[in-house]
Amino acid sequence: MKLLYFSWLRERVGTAEETVRPPEDVATVGQLITWLTRQSSGHAAAFADPSIVRCAVNQDYAKAEAAVGADDEVAFFPPVTGG
Amino acid sequence: MIKVQEKDFDVSAELAALCQGRTNVGAVASFIGLVREVAGPGALSAMTLEHYPGMTERQLAGLEARALERWPLDRVLIIHRFGRLLPGQQIVLCAATSPHREAAFEACAFLMDWLKTKAPFWKLEEVGSQTRWVDARKDDDDAAARWQTDASDTDNSET
Repeated sequence: MKLLYFSWLRERVGTAEETVRPPEDVATVGQLITWLTRQSSGHAAAFADPSIVRCAVNQDYAKAEAAVGADDEVAFFPPVTGG
Repeated sequence: MIKVQEKDFDVSAELAALCQGRTNVGAVASFIGLVREVAGPGALSAMTLEHYPGMTERQLAGLEARALERWPLDRVLIIHRFGRLLPGQQIVLCAATSPHREAAFEACAFLMDWLKTKAPFWKLEEVGSQTRWVDARKDDDDAAARWQTDASDTDNSET
């Protein structure tokens, strides 16, 4: 599974991109976040307040209950501020 | 048409190209967003726009399609820049063309309101030697919500 981080999530995690192999019981965005927070202190800091984290699965917005799998591109970022 | 680019754009050339040969177009509405300098001791010296290549184009193309479906438009143009920009420089251009002005005005406002809450861009402000990420504004969510027609329009809410 390919993970991408943007803005201050990238800074806190310490990388813009990583490939992970979470255990099989990680099947949703919410479960992935829970698993990621245990991977490093940077991940824990990035996901400390999940209410201000947005997610996209394969470049479409996704909620906590959305399914994720090994072949997906999953991105985490703060609420967007373009325009 | 969608363009996500680092370089600046020429508004009159872009609008002329949008209308070229389109004799059914009677109205062109456009909006240009600029980097704004906030006066005072914490004056903004520059802003860097980060984005998610691929998803940005996908989201903007989705907005374009939605506008074309909802209003009797001829064409839609969205240009959004990324990279480091200085106060006064252009960030975004939205334009819609139509036989009549109402559709063009409304579509242009819709595109900007939705772009603010859907397009994956993040602004990093430089104030003196400090940098800070700009927080999303609730006003922008409220502005986008007034165009809502169905549940699928709410998918940038909490994860």
